[in-house]
Amino acid sequence: MNMNATLIGQSITFFIFVWFCMKYIWPPIKAAMKERQEAIAEGLASAEKATADLADAEEHAAAELQRARDEAQQILEQARQRASAMVEEAKTTAREEGERLKESAQADIEQEVNRAREALRGQVSALAVAGAERVLGESIDAGAHSALLDKLAAEL
Amino acid sequence: MAGEAATTQEYIEHHLQNLTYGQLPDGSWGFAHSAAEAGQMGFWSINVDSMVWSIGLGLLFCFIFGSVAKKATSGVPGGLQNFVESVVDFLDDIVASIFSHNNPLIAPLALTIFVWVFLMNLMDLVPIDWIPSLATAVGISHMKIVPTTDLNITMSMALSVFALILYYSIKCKGLGGFLGELAFHPFPKIAAPLNLVLEGVTLIAKPLSLGLRLFGNMYAGEMVFILIALMFSGGVFTVLSLGGGFLQFGWAVFHVLIITLQAFIFAVLTVVYLAQAHDTEEDH
Repeated sequence: MNMNATLIGQSITFFIFVWFCMKYIWPPIKAAMKERQEAIAEGLASAEKATADLADAEEHAAAELQRARDEAQQILEQARQRASAMVEEAKTTAREEGERLKESAQADIEQEVNRAREALRGQVSALAVAGAERVLGESIDAGAHSALLDKLAAEL
Repeated sequence: MAGEAATTQEYIEHHLQNLTYGQLPDGSWGFAHSAAEAGQMGFWSINVDSMVWSIGLGLLFCFIFGSVAKKATSGVPGGLQNFVESVVDFLDDIVASIFSHNNPLIAPLALTIFVWVFLMNLMDLVPIDWIPSLATAVGISHMKIVPTTDLNITMSMALSVFALILYYSIKCKGLGGFLGELAFHPFPKIAAPLNLVLEGVTLIAKPLSLGLRLFGNMYAGEMVFILIALMFSGGVFTVLSLGGGFLQFGWAVFHVLIITLQAFIFAVLTVVYLAQAHDTEEDH
């Protein structure tokens, strides 16, 4: 075991290999690793963002759905109210119409009654005059007794 | 096994000797035939097997990681890219937790050291006779396939790291700041010589501990494998060789832990030392 020029040869070799590694091995490998690391980090970040986006969208959709449901409920409620109001209105109108018809019918009836009464009244006075003529055997001056006849007719 | 005639001592020595190329005693150049001969070659000789295996394994690292880096995609990674990325990520995390300054060299340096040292250590798990026997068959006398069991290899890496420590210390703190750090800590300025001795030892201990720790662990591990392999000399189905088989398996399993740990320690300590070199705070 003696020291010899191998020492020099090996030192030169050593520096050549180190230089080669520094120049041609280390940088490309590190660059590739770094690039991949960045790509992975990017991928993870975008995945995370996508998850967040999805959650956002889901939340949004849920809110939208809730809003639509509320709106539908509201519309339904309005429709129901309007329907009941319409029914109520129709009822009122019908009642009023009925009332009106009844009143006009009553008025007609009353009118008929009055007319009949007037007619009767006229005929009564004629009958009364005729009856009295028959009873008295003479004609009664209608003009002279008209006041009496009217009074009689009014009593009927 | 190194032949029937080989004694135990020869077998061990054969396994512990590098294929050294240098000037032979007779003045010609060639491979040393023994440890003594290799020692006589002095400094200007080279351990061809260590160099070939370490460069080969370094190229393997460059090839595997480079091929991934070339077609690295930020899309879904394939199996190999996945593996490479997990190693890169592992070291990047460690470097980020230790090294707070901005220096694009540190992380690739740690990656290179970790993977390369790991691959060199991994050769320890190849059954120790396979490749040396193969080499002998083609006429190569010695073949040590684990470069990290060669002190030259571990120390040269440790010294390279040391050079980086010195370079960045001076670059970040200035020469004066660096020397001041050595001279004025941990005691007040008046005790500068004492500080210099203490800090100098601390500084020198860094490369020594780096290189010697790795070498010691791997050399000892290799030694245990060699000793276990000696048990096989008892014959094919004897108690001794069966026991050796179990021991080799057990030690290999344990060794998987050691080689990974040693590669990791070398890389992490390098980062720690360089982080200290970058620290410009006066109080630390």
